[in-house]
Amino acid sequence: MSPSGVSMTTIVAIVAVGATIGILAGARRKMDLEQWTVGGRGFGAVLMYLLMAGEVYTTFAFLGASGWAYSRGGPTLYIMAYLTLAYVMSFFILPEIWETGRRHGMQTQSDFFSHRYGNKYLAGLVCIVGIASFIPYLQLQLTGLGIIVSVASFDGIGRTPAMVISMALLAAFVFASGVRAVAWVSVLKDILMVFAAVAIGVGIPYMYFGGIGPMFAALARAHPAHLTMPGATPNLGHTWYISTVLLTSLGFYMWPHTFGSAFTAKSADTLRRNAVVMPIYTLTLAFILFAGFTAVMVVPGLSNGDLALLIIVRKSFPPWFLGVVGGAGALTAMVPASIFILTAATLFAKNLYRPVFAPSMTDDQVAKLARVMVVVIGAVSLCLAIYTSTTLVSLLLVGYAGVTQFFPGVILGLYWRRVTASAVLAGLIAGVATSVFLMLSHRDPFFGWSAGFVALCLNFIITILLSLRTRDSPPLEERLRG
Amino acid sequence: MRKPSGRALLLAGIPFLAMCFSVSLWDRIYPMFFGMPFNLFWLLCWIMLSTVCMRVAYRIEIAREKNDGGGA
Repeated sequence: MSPSGVSMTTIVAIVAVGATIGILAGARRKMDLEQWTVGGRGFGAVLMYLLMAGEVYTTFAFLGASGWAYSRGGPTLYIMAYLTLAYVMSFFILPEIWETGRRHGMQTQSDFFSHRYGNKYLAGLVCIVGIASFIPYLQLQLTGLGIIVSVASFDGIGRTPAMVISMALLAAFVFASGVRAVAWVSVLKDILMVFAAVAIGVGIPYMYFGGIGPMFAALARAHPAHLTMPGATPNLGHTWYISTVLLTSLGFYMWPHTFGSAFTAKSADTLRRNAVVMPIYTLTLAFILFAGFTAVMVVPGLSNGDLALLIIVRKSFPPWFLGVVGGAGALTAMVPASIFILTAATLFAKNLYRPVFAPSMTDDQVAKLARVMVVVIGAVSLCLAIYTSTTLVSLLLVGYAGVTQFFPGVILGLYWRRVTASAVLAGLIAGVATSVFLMLSHRDPFFGWSAGFVALCLNFIITILLSLRTRDSPPLEERLRG
Repeated sequence: MRKPSGRALLLAGIPFLAMCFSVSLWDRIYPMFFGMPFNLFWLLCWIMLSTVCMRVAYRIEIAREKNDGGGA
């Protein structure tokens, strides 16, 4: 068989096994709304770990982290710091969200805002901002998937067919098995991903420099500025690092899907234990960075840094291994994409369509509509991914700046009784408007600070000041009792 | 809406201090450890030390929950 045939066969086999696992994951269970969106709140420590790891290690980790190591150097380290700190934050946020969620039967982030603040405009806005922030993230997964599969198959499978086929498969397994499918496909994905990451991270520096140490020594001699901040960039220095790490670690569990994954846990304790062990998984990212740094010297001058990892793997490894990387990479895009679609579909059906158009809908009808929406949202994002293009990281940061603006509403809502709906609403609008304005007018970083972080500070100030001057009616205590 | 204990919050502050705010102290190439630039090595160490901090915070919170007779 030709090299292209070998790698294509491997990719197709891995993706087919993944999709089958996903479709079978929910078999023999009745898929009502509760089962479909939050797995009946029955996920123990292991499934929970897999679901969360599955959500974190996206194509962004795979291509974006190595791409940044290649094209920007030192600033890429922010990824390791922010993931670890996001888990530290989750220790304080997720168990509380789980408690509230169980008491009031919540399934989505918008449910949380609706119960805590009793304000339908706030709940609606959270829902819309959430779905809007998903779109770039989802598009990013699909674009990444297209790149991975086409490069790994020696262009045997084009970007567009790869995106269309995998979207069809992931829509099928989400439709059939909901959040259980996402967790179980993660099992295969994570095993392959860790294997590929270690093999690449150890193998590539060894092949070209005789080891990781000599590779870094050579890089430090040839490009001494590349390994520290701001690396190869003009403005990603220490102020940027601190503000971006804070923004992204606080924002991480504000994504509607990471927030929602808290509801799938069996107990608050499961989530706390998870927060303790999750950082260890971040260590595997180091291997991806090793490969990215090696690529600086082995394949210099690529116009698109996101391709660095795949190009160097294709140059260095046999076709079957390239196929494994391609297959793992495809699943790495499909798993997060499937949880995004699942969450966005539920948000749309439960928190937007029902309250606005059909208040009398039953939960079963909501579940049916959500499943139809899986197909619709899949098709829309596919069109976006095929017809528009941008580099990976910049898209993601726009979405982050958007969802992080939920942070004051969530953290103050959990821990400060005094915070009011109108204050959170005003803060959220100001925060989203500021970050969108700064980013679209190319003022990010803003005097060295990450634009989303500037917006978050403004949001916090407004929320706190207004809360001190307004009162909710009826007050929180009455609503909780009633 | 039970506030976390001060000690647990303090422990959680350690990784933030070590991995985020103190960046200008450790963002350097030398000395290299295990062949890695110092900044990368530092972060890898702190990924592991963060789980140690949170493990201790976990014990504190669990002990507190037991003392409160099962919590909220």
